[in-house]
Amino acid sequence: MTTLIETDQLSITFGGHTAVDSVSIKVSEKHFKSIIGPNGAGKTTFFNLLSGQLAPTKGKIYFRGKDITKLSPTKRTREGIGRSFQITNVFPNLTVLENVRLAVQSRAGVRYQMLFHYKKYREFEVKALEWLRLVLLDDKVDSLASNLAHGEKRKLEMAMLLALETEVLLLDEPTAGMSLEDVPAILEVIKRIKDQGNRTIILIEHKMDMILDLSDSVMVLFNGRLLADGTPEEIMKNETVQSAYLGGISL
Amino acid sequence: MKWIVNNRMNAIYIIIAAFLFLLPFVYESRNMLILLTQIFVFAILAMSYDLLLGFTGIVSFGHAMFFGIGAYSIGIFMKRLEPTMLHFIYAVLATILITAIVSFIVGLLTLRLKSHFYAMLTMALAGLFLVLAEKWRTLTFGNDGFTFRVPELFIDRTNFYIICLVSMIAVFMILKRFTNSPLGRVLQAIRENEQRTESLGYQVLHYKIAASVVSGVLAGIAGIFYAMSLRYVNTSVFAMDITLDALLMTIIGGVGTLVGAIIGAGLIEFAHDGLTELAKEHWIFERWIIFFGIIYILVVIFFPLGIVGTLRKFTWIRKKQHPAKKKENLAG
Ligand SMILES: Nc1ncnc2c1ncn2[C@@H]1O[C@H](COP(=O)(O)OP(=O)(O)OP(=O)(O)O)[C@@H](O)[C@H]1O
Ligand SMILES: [Mg+2]
Repeated sequence: MTTLIETDQLSITFGGHTAVDSVSIKVSEKHFKSIIGPNGAGKTTFFNLLSGQLAPTKGKIYFRGKDITKLSPTKRTREGIGRSFQITNVFPNLTVLENVRLAVQSRAGVRYQMLFHYKKYREFEVKALEWLRLVLLDDKVDSLASNLAHGEKRKLEMAMLLALETEVLLLDEPTAGMSLEDVPAILEVIKRIKDQGNRTIILIEHKMDMILDLSDSVMVLFNGRLLADGTPEEIMKNETVQSAYLGGISL
Repeated sequence: MKWIVNNRMNAIYIIIAAFLFLLPFVYESRNMLILLTQIFVFAILAMSYDLLLGFTGIVSFGHAMFFGIGAYSIGIFMKRLEPTMLHFIYAVLATILITAIVSFIVGLLTLRLKSHFYAMLTMALAGLFLVLAEKWRTLTFGNDGFTFRVPELFIDRTNFYIICLVSMIAVFMILKRFTNSPLGRVLQAIRENEQRTESLGYQVLHYKIAASVVSGVLAGIAGIFYAMSLRYVNTSVFAMDITLDALLMTIIGGVGTLVGAIIGAGLIEFAHDGLTELAKEHWIFERWIIFFGIIYILVVIFFPLGIVGTLRKFTWIRKKQHPAKKKENLAG
């Protein structure tokens, strides 16, 4: 299997605090990898490095064998690395449909067209609606994003990411803060994408059952360091992981 | 008939435009004509500012520099050369070229500068142009400025009125289309959440430059008409007042609406005019900036969406309620 994403000694230091500390991993194509670790372990920061929101103090990131360490977030999205955000990150005063439509438009590469009305591209709206239907948010298309409930915003976030149709999906706690009845829908969406089998997915989650169910491999971050990386079974058996992290969690 | 129902807003615009077209032929007040012409010119300026502030979320305190560049270009061409149509066209082209270059550079600066630094820097740049206009006396005649003649076509007040009206409508339509284009929709995304726009794969800087250039060129055009309406230009076209006026017009009318900028321009210019009259009664009215300051504060407190924004919100709520009611009826 070909390696799609590779990090080499990836590190970032804030002030004196090293949030991600020499993390080297390889993720192959069509792989489903989960990242676990206690609060403040550096999971989101690791994503920020992968997606280009932060620049590493040390180390390199390769995508399809190419060094992308210096690439801007925009370029990385276009290369095929899409992400969702742990803290909801949408366009608050635009409608739900418009939020997703903008992602579809970007995906279609219609970025600098300024002569036609945007409604001329009906297919973007149709496509955006499809994504919204998939995350079960199609009843809210005309609401402003700022008026959505928290769980709905998470769904919107998901729809925007999916609409980019990137090869890699970085999902940062997609169900965090959702009401319990909303979780299965998002889980269902993630499962469906996984089953389509053409995406590489990295998921940050705290819900262990979800991770064990979905992942091909799990990596454990602890104080910014890579504590372990292996199949879900290996991770469950790993004693260091047990004592460092899983010990506190009942399954 | 059906078209009117479906496009009520457009129908209203057309009626108002038709009314404004006919006005000089039925109501012969020179003062009114001049005031309205002034309003059209400032409406162009305010709309160009709205593109930055209301659509892209860029706060510039140096918008006057583009206005001033336009005003001086036309003045210098008309003074140095002959006031012919050909030279008018040269002046327009020169304005477009210079404002495009300057606004491109200013747009580039948005890359590295956080919004308040950017605002300060644009203010400083506009100040630089002001100093340039003061010191480059051989070209600008310094602070006193200079009068100039305009081509035949623009001498007649009614003609000039119609030309400014047509220009304002054209700018309105151009900006409507521009802001509703796929590119324009991205501008609004940038206003809402710049970082998210980036991670959707849009190169934010390109969009900011595009908005900056379009806005700068249109402000330059407004400057051309402004100087032509006075047939005189001096350093005041680079003054902070011009930028503040544009800011006020946009905010009072409602940011991000374009038509709000036109309404704002109308209100502010009428107020200027009224206060100038009142200043003859009492000196306090000469300090119009105090009044505008008060109006500004009141608007920001009570109508943060501006006139058009507030109206829209209400009509939007009304529209929204209909389907909900229907559902209730069905359920009942
Ligand atoms: N931009 C930043 N500046 C300074 N410190 C930061 C920054 N981003 C993250 N940190 C610090 O880095 C550490 C890791 O944070 P991070 O958000 O990556 O944790 P996490 O594993 O995602 O935690 P959680 O499970 O709570 O989401 C924390 O101590 C945090 O305070
Ligand atoms: Mg996190």
